[in-house]
Amino acid sequence: MILRLALGSLLARALTVSMTILAIALSVALFLGVENVRVGARASFADTISGTDLIVGARSGSVQLLLYSVFRIGNATNNVTWESYQDIAARPEVDWIVPISLGDSHRQFRVMGTTQAFFDHYKYRGGRSLAIEEGQGLDDLYDAVIGAEVAAALDYEVGDPIVVSHGLASFTDHDDQPFRVAGIVARTGTPVDRTVIVSLEAIEAIHVDWQSGAQIPGQTTPVERIRQMDLTPTAVTAALVGVDSRLQIFGLQRAINTYPEEPLLAILPGVALQELWQIVGVAETALVGVSAMVVVTALLGMMAMIFSSLNERRREMAIWRAMGARPATILGLLLLEATLMAAIGAILGLALLYAGLLVAQPLVDSAFGLWLPIDAPSLRELTVLAGVIAVAAVASLLPALRAYRLSLADGMMVRI
Amino acid sequence: MTIVDPVLTLEDVRFRWPGRASFGLSVPGFRVEQGESVLLLGESGSGKSTLLSLICGIVTADGGRITVGGTDLSALRAGARDRFRAERIGVIFQQFNLLPYASVSDNILLPLQFAPERRSRAAAGEVATLCSALGLPDGIAGTSAGRLSVGQQQRVAVARALIGQPSLIVADEPTSALDAATQTTFLGLLFDRIAAAGSSLLMVSHDERLGARFDRVVHLSNIARTERMAA
Repeated sequence: MILRLALGSLLARALTVSMTILAIALSVALFLGVENVRVGARASFADTISGTDLIVGARSGSVQLLLYSVFRIGNATNNVTWESYQDIAARPEVDWIVPISLGDSHRQFRVMGTTQAFFDHYKYRGGRSLAIEEGQGLDDLYDAVIGAEVAAALDYEVGDPIVVSHGLASFTDHDDQPFRVAGIVARTGTPVDRTVIVSLEAIEAIHVDWQSGAQIPGQTTPVERIRQMDLTPTAVTAALVGVDSRLQIFGLQRAINTYPEEPLLAILPGVALQELWQIVGVAETALVGVSAMVVVTALLGMMAMIFSSLNERRREMAIWRAMGARPATILGLLLLEATLMAAIGAILGLALLYAGLLVAQPLVDSAFGLWLPIDAPSLRELTVLAGVIAVAAVASLLPALRAYRLSLADGMMVRI
Repeated sequence: MTIVDPVLTLEDVRFRWPGRASFGLSVPGFRVEQGESVLLLGESGSGKSTLLSLICGIVTADGGRITVGGTDLSALRAGARDRFRAERIGVIFQQFNLLPYASVSDNILLPLQFAPERRSRAAAGEVATLCSALGLPDGIAGTSAGRLSVGQQQRVAVARALIGQPSLIVADEPTSALDAATQTTFLGLLFDRIAAAGSSLLMVSHDERLGARFDRVVHLSNIARTERMAA
């Protein structure tokens, strides 16, 4: 019955109570949302590359190399010459090597030149291989295999023509040499979804009439002639390397890092990811901190609301006292109220989170390539919810103690 | 003839509210017999509510002795005093007697929450019996108290004070919010029910006209001395 009366008292103040609950719910949803994005982003990044032992590129920073070679974020400062690439490929430790040539784009998506080896050796999410969902792999010189996101965003099907633009965000098209969509890769949740894959030779072919990043005026080599040319590239952007035995990774890394002909850099993807987390970690912590502060603010709001309700409820407290309620019962009543509000707020916040995830999941996936999983609440999330309720109970102790003292001092004398 | 303990006695009671500009009250001697109805008259500010708080054990006297049904209140610890109040005393305020968000029946049953003995005395269906005896409409028990008229609310307050038949009913100007006609009906019902329950009644008021119905009318100034201390 006391629980029923406490609920009744809350219902009687439905407007202020529901505002308070809403504030708690929104703050809880925000906090859990930030947590979800954070965990989702980490998982998504960590899932992007697996099975690759070393990534090799021109000497720059390890995070930068990781970002441009795997995540297609940022650009390479320099290339790796074909001779160096061949040298590394010929080393005895190397089991397989996949060249990557970046720099061109199609609409908002990046074009990557590579070989069949990419499809054989690139692994994501704990060792899964790429699967061609429609069509086939690279066969002809002007074949392109596109990621699921490219196909979905641009509404491409197998057989559609596709023109590669020079550079990123440029107005110059390689329209003299159109490609054809040969295949579509099944969705992976990695940057491959947003990549147009062509052969290494094709990258060479579309740049036959180009020099130093500009088209030679008036020169257009016919496609038939290009097909007969030697299209061995002079340089690649980066290479993914697999070694025979994991014991050889560090030896090979040292050999590449001290390669005398050219300044090169070999990184372990896992280590570079760790470095990336250290950089991102600060922002992450700040974000989590801010959303935690929002939760604290909501709880402070609740505390203020209970405080301000005390004066108008002194009469009510006097009735409870006169009926035989102890001051401790009054204290418990207010604690119960706060706990109820926080619990309803927390549950509502969780519901809001799931509603938000359902709406945002496809949007975030398409905009950022970030797949936010919708799972049952994790232990961590449940701990957060329990924490919010516990903190609310503790916070309400202050107004509750005030009510306790008021009810001792007022006796039956309240005249309002 | 057996000697029955008086329902209420006060001897040499002294009390002062804590705080600087405080109000003090002392009562050399006062008693209410079993089944007696006493009207305590006093102007506002004369210490009526303080006296009621003392009698109910909501505040404790600084000195002297207050007994209710033979039990010395000052001998009880705070928690026991609260329970004792719930068991033995029914309280009616001047107005705003009820929890407006709770149903009529929850309001009437509220004191029983804190008084197991009184709860076991209360008969099943007593809420309905009291309601109909007090002239409240049928089926009112589920209505929330805030929807009732003031007159109805005061009758519900009487039902709440009477449930489980406590030995003493304490009323603090219960008629002040009622118009003259309603006052008469209300008092009639109150006296009927108290007589039926065999309880004693101590009512404080400033209205001398009510006196005719009571066994005894006492002016507060005759039994108590008040003092105010300036800051």
